[in-house]
Amino acid sequence: MAEVVVWVDHAGGVVAKPSLELLTVARRLGDPVAVVAGEGAAGAAGVLGEHGAVRVLVSEAPEYGEFLVVPKVDALAAAVGAVGVPVAVLVSSGGEGREIAARLAVRTGSGIVTDAVDVEVGADGGPVAVQSVFAASFTTRSRVTRGVPVIVVKPNAAPVEAAPAAGAVENLDVVFSPAAVCARVVERAGREASGRPELTEAAVVVSGGRGVGGAENFAVVEALADALGAAVGASRAAVDAGWYPHSHQVGQTGKSVSPQLYIASGISGAIQHRAGMQTSKTIVAINKDPEAPIFDLVDYGVIGDLHTVLPQLTDDINHRKN
Amino acid sequence: MTLRIVVCVKYVPDAAGERRFAGDGTVDREGVDGLLSELDEYAVEQALRIAEGSDGEVDVTVLTVGPEDAREAVSKGLRMGADRGVHVEDGGVHGSDVMGTSLVLAAAVEKAGFDLVLCGMASTDGAMGVLPAVLAERLGVPQVTLLSEVSVGGGAVSGRRDGDRASERVEAPLPAVVSVTDQSGEARYPSFKGIMAAKKKPVVEWDLDDLGLDADGVGLAGAFTEVVEAVERPARTKGEIVTDEGDGGLKVAAFLAGRKFI
Ligand SMILES: Cc1cc2nc3c(=O)[nH]c(=O)nc-3n(C[C@H](O)[C@H](O)[C@H](O)COP(=O)(O)OP(=O)(O)OC[C@H]3O[C@@H](n4cnc5c(N)ncnc54)[C@H](O)[C@@H]3O)c2cc1C
Ligand SMILES: Cc1cc2nc3c(=O)[nH]c(=O)nc-3n(C[C@H](O)[C@H](O)[C@H](O)COP(=O)(O)OP(=O)(O)OC[C@H]3O[C@@H](n4cnc5c(N)ncnc54)[C@H](O)[C@@H]3O)c2cc1C
Repeated sequence: MAEVVVWVDHAGGVVAKPSLELLTVARRLGDPVAVVAGEGAAGAAGVLGEHGAVRVLVSEAPEYGEFLVVPKVDALAAAVGAVGVPVAVLVSSGGEGREIAARLAVRTGSGIVTDAVDVEVGADGGPVAVQSVFAASFTTRSRVTRGVPVIVVKPNAAPVEAAPAAGAVENLDVVFSPAAVCARVVERAGREASGRPELTEAAVVVSGGRGVGGAENFAVVEALADALGAAVGASRAAVDAGWYPHSHQVGQTGKSVSPQLYIASGISGAIQHRAGMQTSKTIVAINKDPEAPIFDLVDYGVIGDLHTVLPQLTDDINHRKN
Repeated sequence: MTLRIVVCVKYVPDAAGERRFAGDGTVDREGVDGLLSELDEYAVEQALRIAEGSDGEVDVTVLTVGPEDAREAVSKGLRMGADRGVHVEDGGVHGSDVMGTSLVLAAAVEKAGFDLVLCGMASTDGAMGVLPAVLAERLGVPQVTLLSEVSVGGGAVSGRRDGDRASERVEAPLPAVVSVTDQSGEARYPSFKGIMAAKKKPVVEWDLDDLGLDADGVGLAGAFTEVVEAVERPARTKGEIVTDEGDGGLKVAAFLAGRKFI
């Protein structure tokens, strides 16, 4: 059967959930061949095999951590070379993933489609990528017409499914290109884990905006998030004001999320914010202003002060749980 | 020696207005309001700051590839303070995907001459966020992308890249391709002086011939991807909206319980 190359995102061998989702997508197209590079890469092999990887190509070298992006492009290119002509190369979306995929496309003379929200099998057995564009106001279906289709897939595009496969581990030979060792990482500060679910992967997201009114007031947003087991998001206005870290920004220039439930509190619903949350399954908003554009999107809305509505909601949820 | 900065700027349909597709699967850019992609203003801003902070000569060129109206993106860059402009316009470019666009941009950047190429993190229409990396691959120079802080000195560019797992300080020798995020610093408004000065700044117009490119390699004809279908999504149906009368939180809880979220 035809092989599909899947680039695996991991931290020290712990595979990111969107990469497991890619394996589900890959199985629709052929036999998944997973590529893992970097420190601790070999540790990822087990879970990749459990989720359908027929082969796992592993490369551990210090260059992946010391230089920006290009060493990983070299690894992915080597993997594509090792496979021959794969039906597709799948990479999950994110700043780095997109860039790795794009450079690979140039090298292999292939077309690329970014930010697919779903991947269907076309008449020729190749992938058709579904994109949600212009702040989710249009749905497009696109095909790569030249080279090996390189598809960048958004988180939550497919469920994670167990599908035991051989998961045969092979060492991947990578010769780094001169370009790989040009842009050096001179310092790295890891992010502190909040203990809450990852924003792009969470089933529920509770977001706060300018209406929250201050960094300390974000506690009411966090309390609701904790009651729901949710991730915390923020609008750019709240982030720019320094009330919440940028890594939690939802929207065009922040994260794009597509949870089962999105609760927007004190957020007006500007087009750039909507671009990052409009595909959420259920949307709830709390806003003082009945004219706020966010109300055009909601399944349920409350015109009111978030400082009284959120704590009451949180209390009621906690009460129902006990 | 003069430090030559080329800023890639894209002319895009205004996100606040109507955005739609034409019959050939390309974005309808006629009869819709366009503007310089707001995220490219941050790139222009950083170029100007680098110029202002330098003891040497710095020359800032704004470059766009696009239809006639796209000239406005160049003009905006000049009003902000860039020194000169390049507008690549050719009917053959219509319908280019990222492979075609990047081919044209790479040729134009080489022809203009550069030590540093500055880009926005993504356009506000295609929003692929890959063009800077593609450009670096094509030009064979280092990519230092998604910077929220950038500085140039001693023949190198350095900056901060905030990723999902870590915040990194990165550096690379020039020439290089850099992209900056909207965290890099508010873009300035053109001053009256800037607006007046812009009128006298040189803007060159190039077509595919000037760049030595074959029309078959770009545009719809040369595309590596094909949009098979583009359908408008029905607007979300507006749900129930209630006014808080002291029980707003309880009402939301009841709604969430009804949908089995709690
Ligand atoms: C909704 C939509 C979806 C698309 N999806 C795809 C796809 O999946 N695959 C594909 O190959 N093409 C796609 N395209 C086409 C693609 O967007 C264009 O080819 C485009 O010029 C390059 O990509 P971008 O604008 O998304 O660039 P990005 O990578 O988002 O832009 C990054 C930066 O590159 C610079 N830049 C980009 N274009 C220009 C330009 N014309 N002139 C000057 N500077 C520029 C700017 O500095 C910009 O900030 C899509 C277009 C649209 C409108
Ligand atoms: C290129 C570009 C990219 C951008 N990217 C993003 C992005 O990624 N994400 C993003 O969010 N924005 C982004 N923006 C900014 C966006 O345009 C808006 O400015 C931003 O989303 C506004 O944030 P907000 O809704 O929190 O604030 P506002 O628009 O000020 O809205 C605050 C809302 O809170 C309500 N409110 C006030 N007090 C209370 C209270 N006590 N209780 C209940 N409600 C209250 C008000 O009625 C108001 O509706 C971008 C802009 C540009 C130009």
